[in-house]
Amino acid sequence: MSHNWNDKNGNFHPASSMDFLPTQQLRKLQSQRLSEIVKLAYENVPLHRERMDKLGVKPSDIKSIDDIAKLPFTQKTDLRDTYPYGMFAVPASEVVRLHASSGTTGKPIVVGYTKEDMQVWRESVMRALAMFGVNRGDFMQVCFGYGLFTGGLGLHGGSEEMGCTVIPASGGNTERQLMIMRDFGTTAISCTPSYFIHIIEESVKYGVDMKKLPLKIGIFGAEPWSEQMRQFMQKNTNIKAFDIYGLSEIVGPGVGGECGEQNGLHIFEDFYYPEIVDPETGEPLPDGEEGELVITTLAKRAMPILRYRTHDITSIMTGVCKCGRTIRRIRRIGRRSDDMFIIRGVNVFPSQIEVALMRVEECTPNYRIILERLKDLDTVTVEVEVADEFYTDSIPQLDALRKKIQTSIMNITGIRIEVRIVEPNKIPRSEGKAKRVIDNRKI
Amino acid sequence: MRIKQISVFLENTPGHLEKLCKVLAEAGVNLQTITIAETRDYGIVRAIVDKTDTAISALKENGFFAKVIDVLAVEVEDKPGALLSILKRTSDIGLNIEYMYALTRPQNGNPVMIMSFKDLESAEKILG
Repeated sequence: MSHNWNDKNGNFHPASSMDFLPTQQLRKLQSQRLSEIVKLAYENVPLHRERMDKLGVKPSDIKSIDDIAKLPFTQKTDLRDTYPYGMFAVPASEVVRLHASSGTTGKPIVVGYTKEDMQVWRESVMRALAMFGVNRGDFMQVCFGYGLFTGGLGLHGGSEEMGCTVIPASGGNTERQLMIMRDFGTTAISCTPSYFIHIIEESVKYGVDMKKLPLKIGIFGAEPWSEQMRQFMQKNTNIKAFDIYGLSEIVGPGVGGECGEQNGLHIFEDFYYPEIVDPETGEPLPDGEEGELVITTLAKRAMPILRYRTHDITSIMTGVCKCGRTIRRIRRIGRRSDDMFIIRGVNVFPSQIEVALMRVEECTPNYRIILERLKDLDTVTVEVEVADEFYTDSIPQLDALRKKIQTSIMNITGIRIEVRIVEPNKIPRSEGKAKRVIDNRKI
Repeated sequence: MRIKQISVFLENTPGHLEKLCKVLAEAGVNLQTITIAETRDYGIVRAIVDKTDTAISALKENGFFAKVIDVLAVEVEDKPGALLSILKRTSDIGLNIEYMYALTRPQNGNPVMIMSFKDLESAEKILG
């Protein structure tokens, strides 16, 4: 049998076949899909039509994927302003599923799927699972929240599609999660990275030896996490930890994920077309350059999204991945353009603080960043818990440790930030997305 | 004499020390002495109690971070220069006191100082 896609061992899951499509064919497919989706969006979604008319772009101008830069951007606020169904391109009778963002500020964002869209989503997650090495026969414990959030049901659908035995544990109740893991023989787990770290910590309390569990694959997403957190997880358990990328506005989890190389996340670009733009000017940037990730849905009908500004800062990696996949990769997302805070004129990203903390061996991954405004001056304090053995009886030692952490942060961010070593378990543990930045500024 | 001290890492917030004392009281633990070393953000509470093990487990159950540290209890004669002579003996062999405080109850009519040393064994040899 001759085929164009081949992994280095000629050894891949059939679900991965589209990942290996020759680039020329891939671009042709993307071009076809883009012109169809633009037509659908233009004809059925007033917002897209108005925006395109304003730029003087007609659906007929979009002939190839290279024409994508002619299209207007879609912002998160557009989805909020058209709440709930203003971005839908099909009648309600064709929509079989709704999800919504948590909406911490104002109204949530509602997203919809047709029956075909659901299949696209399940396939996307299945393709990600295939990259992680999950297969039929695996016991997949889904500890992402079920409900309006896309995490739980997204992983659920894809895992079933793959033929896994799915355990819909949802988030929370860590003691029960550990019992299920041990008694049901969980081999793969999916949750937020911060929740998995919480599970590792709690396992000691409940007398569960993580290294004796059959657990071998961990799938983590919905918040940025560092290489150091990956090492912590892999050291304390037998899992290989993989990053999965996605966002509800585009589809949910399954927009991309890491392959066995763990070197960047492949984007399923036959479904979701990635671009990198300058976050300030919106100008497209070439592959290799860092900027804001922009995604266009190429295969979803209920809610076609043109050039969505994700606010995730990354770059598209150049060169072919060792796994042989032709779909491009983005670097792991460490920071978001909207999470950034500016202190004394310096841009600081929470992820930089995390990397700085994880470089200090005494620190645990439990930290939070508190922003305050004192007399019109913004101040940042990092609260961190250190490992048990470092809560010494000696103030000079604790003070030296505090200074060591401060220096580590200074080395990465370039500024001096207040550090407070806090009591163990003082930082609230999250069972979903960890809230790392507490903004107490009253502006 | 080598004795057990409990050390608690405590956040510097109102009501925290009160809670600690409440936990100890409810566990039936009697404080023989207590001292606080404070910094801007946190304090370290050091105490000598009658039932160290009970105190530690009660504190841990209530979410406090408590440790047992060995320290020396040294009887000091109640007269001028008594402490000086003790300090001379330790500094002569290069021992540095990390911190020191007094027991509230005298022993044989004499005050008792609680002293912490990095090298507790050497200190114990000369101070008994």
